[in-house]
Amino acid sequence: MKKDKIIETTVFSLFTSFILLSFILRIDSGMQMGKKTIYFAKNLFLVLPPAFILIGLFQVWVKRESVEKHLGTGSGLMAHLWVTLLAGTTVGGLYVAFPVAAALYSKGAKLSVIFTYLGAAAIVRIPMTIFEASFLGLKFTIIRFLISIPLVIVSSEIFGRYLEARSYKMRENSK
Amino acid sequence: MLFLYSATIAALIMSVIADKNKTALSLKTALKIFLKILPDLLLVIVLAAFILYFIPASTIGRYLGADNHFFAITLALVFGSITMMPGFIAFPLCGLLLHQGVPYFVLGAFSTSLMMVGVITFPIEKTYLGVKTALLRNFISLVIALIVSLVIGIIYREILL
Repeated sequence: MKKDKIIETTVFSLFTSFILLSFILRIDSGMQMGKKTIYFAKNLFLVLPPAFILIGLFQVWVKRESVEKHLGTGSGLMAHLWVTLLAGTTVGGLYVAFPVAAALYSKGAKLSVIFTYLGAAAIVRIPMTIFEASFLGLKFTIIRFLISIPLVIVSSEIFGRYLEARSYKMRENSK
Repeated sequence: MLFLYSATIAALIMSVIADKNKTALSLKTALKIFLKILPDLLLVIVLAAFILYFIPASTIGRYLGADNHFFAITLALVFGSITMMPGFIAFPLCGLLLHQGVPYFVLGAFSTSLMMVGVITFPIEKTYLGVKTALLRNFISLVIALIVSLVIGIIYREILL
């Protein structure tokens, strides 16, 4: 187990012992806190099993290689849409997306497509989206997708052209 | 909740019909990811306990509620930009805040800027993009988060035109 995981588990254990102790010693504040927490935790653990099963199914059935195959084929809007799909399979945050973006760049992808990838890797990662929809509702997620994906594509296209006009070069080796 | 369970059951049935082995592998993957993230989730519970106990819903409503849209969005954008947390922590907390009366547009501003704008990850970003381009990318992302938030507010009728 990594260090921060150990810290997190320790914090939780201390917290749980405090709540348990409050119930034994009838400490009012601790008991109140405990009751509110149990309600939240109950909801959390009701949402988790289906959410994680969906994430597991997604990881196994949707292989990023099958998306990558299509990357070179599309041009214009299609290139943006394929790279958005590729971003959907990203696991981890933006910091994981930068090396992938650099790799796409060295394979000859257009700058605008790379910025779409970076934006999409932030907002359409499917495992994270499953979590979002589970807690905020599917309607919220759909609205967010419908607004943010076009915005990301349009702004990336403009930003990419702006940079290309200034003969900007992305650094391929970040060391 | 009912929809989430029905969708999961439907997906599972289709998966079993298509390939039993892959389904078993999916469940194993699900369990593996769950166990990896469990410590994060335990921390979420502790955080939720402190928010629920120390910050009354009325206080949350005053700062992040519908009273002052401009202030609430600004706060959500700033907080979303400077913090860094995985979605596995952020969304349960967003769900909690929603129940405490925080409107959808504030959560939209927070979650979108959290995902797209990276102040903490800026040092990594600038090694790939260079300082100026990285700054511009983050600025564009902030504007997108603002637009997303406003449209969500309008659709949910939280921001009235």
